[in-house]
Amino acid sequence: MSELLRVSNLRVDAVSEQGRVPIVKDVSFSVNKGEVVALIGESGSGKTTIALATLGYARSGCRISGGEIDLDGVDVLSLNRKSLRRLRGRRISYLAQSASAAFNPALSIGEQVTEAAILHGVLSSADARRRAVELYKRLDLPGAERLGNRFPHQVSGGQLQRLMAARAMCSDPELLLLDEPTTALDVTTQIDVLAAFNDLIREQGTAAIYVTHDLALVAQIADRVVVLSNGEIRETGTVDQILNSPTDDYTKKLMAAIPQPPTRNSALPQTVTTTGANVEEPLMAVRGINAGYGRDSHGNPAVMVLHDVSADVAAGSVVGVIGESGCGKSTLARVIAGLLPAHNGRILLAGDPLPYRVEDRDRKAIKAIQIAFQMADVALNPRHRIREILGRPVTLFLKLQGEERDRRILELLDMVGLPRSMINRYPGELSGGQKQRVNLARCLAAEPRLLLCDEVTSSLDTIVADSVIELLKHLGGKLALSYIFISHDLSRIATLADHVVVLYAGHVVETGATRDILAPPFHPYTNLLLSSIPELRRGWLDDVMKTRAARAEPTGFPGDSAAGCPFYNRCPLAIKDVCNTQPVPIREPVGGHRIACHREVQDLSAF
Amino acid sequence: MTVNPDPSGNGTAAPDPGGRPPRRRFKVSLTVGISIAIASIMLFIALFGPLIAPFSEDEMLPVGSFAPISMEHWLGTDYIGRDVFSRILYGARVTLGLSFLATVLAFSVGTFFGLLAATSRSLVDSVISRFYDIVLSIPSIMLALVAIAALGTSAPVLIVTIGLIYSSNAFRISRSLAMDIKVMDFVEAARARGEGRLWIIVREILPNAVVPLSSELGLRLAFSILAISGLSFLGLGVQPPTAGWGVMVRENMTGMMFGSSAALAPAFAIALLTISINLIVDDMSSRYGRDISEALG
Repeated sequence: MSELLRVSNLRVDAVSEQGRVPIVKDVSFSVNKGEVVALIGESGSGKTTIALATLGYARSGCRISGGEIDLDGVDVLSLNRKSLRRLRGRRISYLAQSASAAFNPALSIGEQVTEAAILHGVLSSADARRRAVELYKRLDLPGAERLGNRFPHQVSGGQLQRLMAARAMCSDPELLLLDEPTTALDVTTQIDVLAAFNDLIREQGTAAIYVTHDLALVAQIADRVVVLSNGEIRETGTVDQILNSPTDDYTKKLMAAIPQPPTRNSALPQTVTTTGANVEEPLMAVRGINAGYGRDSHGNPAVMVLHDVSADVAAGSVVGVIGESGCGKSTLARVIAGLLPAHNGRILLAGDPLPYRVEDRDRKAIKAIQIAFQMADVALNPRHRIREILGRPVTLFLKLQGEERDRRILELLDMVGLPRSMINRYPGELSGGQKQRVNLARCLAAEPRLLLCDEVTSSLDTIVADSVIELLKHLGGKLALSYIFISHDLSRIATLADHVVVLYAGHVVETGATRDILAPPFHPYTNLLLSSIPELRRGWLDDVMKTRAARAEPTGFPGDSAAGCPFYNRCPLAIKDVCNTQPVPIREPVGGHRIACHREVQDLSAF
Repeated sequence: MTVNPDPSGNGTAAPDPGGRPPRRRFKVSLTVGISIAIASIMLFIALFGPLIAPFSEDEMLPVGSFAPISMEHWLGTDYIGRDVFSRILYGARVTLGLSFLATVLAFSVGTFFGLLAATSRSLVDSVISRFYDIVLSIPSIMLALVAIAALGTSAPVLIVTIGLIYSSNAFRISRSLAMDIKVMDFVEAARARGEGRLWIIVREILPNAVVPLSSELGLRLAFSILAISGLSFLGLGVQPPTAGWGVMVRENMTGMMFGSSAALAPAFAIALLTISINLIVDDMSSRYGRDISEALG
């Protein structure tokens, strides 16, 4: 195979008032024609910077200070502005992480997809439109013929991501740069997009550089892998080499931090006697909660987000709440914390009903329930020192002052594994993982009984997220804490939770002990979630897509599912005129394991 | 089970856990440097002007009216033979003092209502906001003229009138800032631990609004100087024989025809000060605006 791109001794510096800091150090690798090379590393490892450098581009504040980039005989770094223009979007295309930010909302999709090809004179505008339609079809986009006339806000996030691929491929580039193209998507959407990308790249024989932090994705799409850390190459090899026999310590660490995909228990679980546990009053119980945002003319929420949601948290247990973005997971946490008043339903703390609004709750109830927010960056007041961030709840809930208060703050820092010297720092001086630890410490300062963790690991790198999970496990045991752990990542939940609540469009579709959830019978949505988690082996994507293709297509016929099942439109098992019209019955295959589905338990088990 | 495999929570080695990042050095451009110098001199004059003035504010000198610039009278004399340089030194205190008090009043009132509106139910917010919309819809000089014409002019009336009119700007800015900040998770976290409204406003929201508000404060000071000088020029502000920059321009206008600098000198002082303040504020807001957006992510 002939070489398309050769990067040798690439150096990129960050230039600031203090001087230059190298962020990419002597990186060399090559990409052959038709080959997909993955750049993998944590945030700050320089992977995006390297990908952009192949365009002869450095972000503001950065400078390419050395090395050579050779694209099929062309020395990219020596090109002038005009020649670079001819190169970018023509021979090399870039596919950004966030499609919604990369599309201009004021122009039609068609204009933007064909723009580069027409501008570079590769295709006439009629040909470009034809090619675009062809690409839409290959990417399984619905309504391909008329899609070009629509605007970016009229299609879904997953579709927009695929459209970005169409835009990048329209001018038939030799090299495609994909920068975390599926990171912002839900697992269930990610897999479709990934499969579409994969097919398209293979079909067109385009070489690609795939930038990601997710090894499991790399295993599906790449031929070779370059492992990066702190701007240096740690290891280069074929996918099989890296997956099966990594030699570098960092690669090994990276592999170890990947949460194992939950193993499905294939056998039906034996009925467990849970009588002892059932007698006890749950620490937290929500019963028939409806909640939403806005207010219509009748005083009801204008947009209802949670529909009749019920869940229990036994003392000392971990309940995982899972679902895709927009399903109401965070809303549930906000309702329990009282930040968003429920519309109706009951919230019971150890059997006592709580007022809906946190302002109406007494200090004891507030102390018992603490919430940790997803984005530690905005959860900590940037103008307060750590001393004040942690000290305030200590004063407020434990009534400690002066030296006692300081001692408690230091204990909290110890507890979450932060150095004591952090006490006088501002949040802006901390790393993402450290901020998340402060965020947790602030919750722990109240000595709560229930901690609501709202996606606390999703903005963190794998290795850091892993250490935060370990911390949560450790604290849960030590402080007899209960958790509601909200995540879109089923593999994280599977390792941490005792019970799982699966939310879909604000409805609880399945709930039960974790091992019951991971074993058949599945709710069709749970099954979709489980089968969408990338596995760390080659060929997983092909297998899944094959299984799915063999199955009946999701019905997809439009119908008013208000009365029926919310998952109706996407469900491969949907029964027409039943699922979309009749209230969903609850199936209970095992005590405590409930599935909201029209299908019988046998059907769900066989599925 | 391994607990805290990496205490820094960082994945990589944390750079010296106790160390602080180096402070950015405070560098300013030449223009801003000159502006700061001018503003400092003006401030000094406002504080100590009467002590260093060669002549008194109201002493009519034997050289006669509209005397030209000389070694003795640096800026000449005015229409009744008073030393213009001395009067500018005296006038700085009046002009700057009134403007400063008016601005402080504008900010206290405006920020109070702004934060109140942003953290209140929609009805309270609407009432306060609509009231300020009405104030803003009337040209401020017109409003001031009417108010002063009705109440008669005096220092307190001037301060209160200008202060209340300009509080609408402080209101709008503080309200929109607070609206942005109050949806941040750290404010949610404060609510979740049961903090009262006062704490949330004073400890959570205000510290994050101070820098953008203070640059607006500087800008509003420049506007107040112009407004008070303008009113004085129209005869409704500072009353003769008190030396105010605006009133000095008015008094000495006739001198322009004889080539006297008596009217130009105070006008130049007003321009110099307001431009300097504007340049300093511009520089400050671009400098700290960046910090704020970084801090708030």
